[in-house]
Amino acid sequence: MVAYQLSIFAENKPGKLASVTSVLARENISIRATTISTSDTFGVVNLIVDDPKRAEAALSKAGMTVHLRGVLAVLIPDKPGGLDSLTQLLYRESVNINNAYGFVLESSKKAVFVVDVDQMEKTEKLLEKHGFQTLDTKALSAMEPSLGAK
Amino acid sequence: MYWEKDVETIDRKKLEEFQLVGLKNTLVKAGKSYYYDKIFKEKKINADSVKSLHDIQKIPFTTKDDLRENWPYGFIAVSKDELVRMHSSSGTTGRATVVFHTAADIAAWTDLLARSVYMAGLRKSDVFQNMMTYGLFTGGLGFHYAVEKIGALVIPAGAGNSKRQIQLMMDFATTAVHVIPSYALHLSTVFSDLHLDPRKDTKVRIAFVGAEPHTEKMRRKIEEIYGYKAFNSYGLSEMNGPGVAFECPCQDGMHIWEDNFLVEIINPRTLAPVADGEEGELVLTTLKREGMPLLRYRTKDLTRIIPEPCSCGRTHRRIERIKGRTDDMLILKGVNIFPMQIEKKLMEIPGVGTNFLIILERKEFNDSMMVKVEVNRELFSGELKQLEALRRKIVEELKSEILITPQIDLVEPDSIPKGEGKAVRVIDNRKD
Repeated sequence: MVAYQLSIFAENKPGKLASVTSVLARENISIRATTISTSDTFGVVNLIVDDPKRAEAALSKAGMTVHLRGVLAVLIPDKPGGLDSLTQLLYRESVNINNAYGFVLESSKKAVFVVDVDQMEKTEKLLEKHGFQTLDTKALSAMEPSLGAK
Repeated sequence: MYWEKDVETIDRKKLEEFQLVGLKNTLVKAGKSYYYDKIFKEKKINADSVKSLHDIQKIPFTTKDDLRENWPYGFIAVSKDELVRMHSSSGTTGRATVVFHTAADIAAWTDLLARSVYMAGLRKSDVFQNMMTYGLFTGGLGFHYAVEKIGALVIPAGAGNSKRQIQLMMDFATTAVHVIPSYALHLSTVFSDLHLDPRKDTKVRIAFVGAEPHTEKMRRKIEEIYGYKAFNSYGLSEMNGPGVAFECPCQDGMHIWEDNFLVEIINPRTLAPVADGEEGELVLTTLKREGMPLLRYRTKDLTRIIPEPCSCGRTHRRIERIKGRTDDMLILKGVNIFPMQIEKKLMEIPGVGTNFLIILERKEFNDSMMVKVEVNRELFSGELKQLEALRRKIVEELKSEILITPQIDLVEPDSIPKGEGKAVRVIDNRKD
């Protein structure tokens, strides 16, 4: 299963992220995860949201430069070595990771690792074969992070 | 104090007689070129059409576009065998304007420039360091030949490599330099970095500054830093290069060598001549050139004639330092750049959006160019490395076109305000 990541081109200056979040807030779109990568005067904001298609439309309408791309959201156990089992597999199979970030779903239980790789289909099959569960947008939205859990 | 006293102090009336003969001869010579032959036939012009200098107004103007459209040999008035040198306007690759010279043309140019630098005080005993680019650019070879003719020692240092420039200056006790004004200011910071004071640690007493417009304030600043006299020089490759007009020791306007060039100042909109003393576009006609005579060439440079006689005794009139351009050409570090060159290159690169903005800055005496470029919404892949690759590509492509490395700033689509009608594409923040 493939999840979607929104990428927004943004100049590296105050207020740029605020203008993105204000659109999403107005549209009542929930952000699951975010990363920002910058290169001097510009950068890219990556977002995992609960309704990527609607978010894309709203941000585009607001004049932003947006791209929607498939990524793999892999469910991993939130424990020592949890991420390592995934990365070792990708390494063994020579899959290159272009971008990756993670977030905890349920403390000490479940986490999600979002990977943007060079060989999507191969990796998807590979993960399935090795028992990793991937989440699509719907599954991601349905899971409520248990913020209070200790 | 004069290189050729009789010519430099010639009676105006006599000068005008020579000019009329020169103009008629030029019409005959120019008529042998493909371009002027065509124009003369169309307009029914020949040497007899010109009975007085005033009659020059019967002849159509020649523009840079005419040179480009008849590239490369459309203006050649002699057999190609007679040509010994070509030069080209700086900056442009592709359809650059090229100028060809016969041996006599080179000799005449050398003589004019020798007259110019001698006027400013250069003598046989001087050691002259030419800090200009050698090659297609006229500032290198032009000065080289002229100073050799005077008999001074020439150090053909070429442009750039600041530490070596300073080393040469100190090792060989350079007394005169030819330098682009912004580079002179930049070089002063290198002196500081090396804990050297050019006033104490060098022997330079004369500088020829040119190839880019600069203010009187900037000249005075250069003189103050270095403790030498800086003389303003004007020229353009279409009219040989440097040596068209030059400052005398009075440093109050540049004597334009009217025995070689017929001078007109026109209103760039109406194209009508303006009165002496009024500002307008400088239009020049070559009076002695063989290889590539040019008639009423529009320089696009804004200046005015200083009508009053100069106290140095020379009768050739003076023009004021260049105020600006009537077209959108930019001059950066001595390189001529048209915004159109940048636009053309940018539009060839996939991933570039519709608008761009050129910003010129002067920091630490160093001029730089920044280009804000909108990205193309449709081609955005969401990856930072794509944007970085795009930026690198733009830098490389522009560098190959304009010979200067610009700083590229990628911006969001529609973030650059569009101008009314003709887009405003340049912001020049360079001040003194």
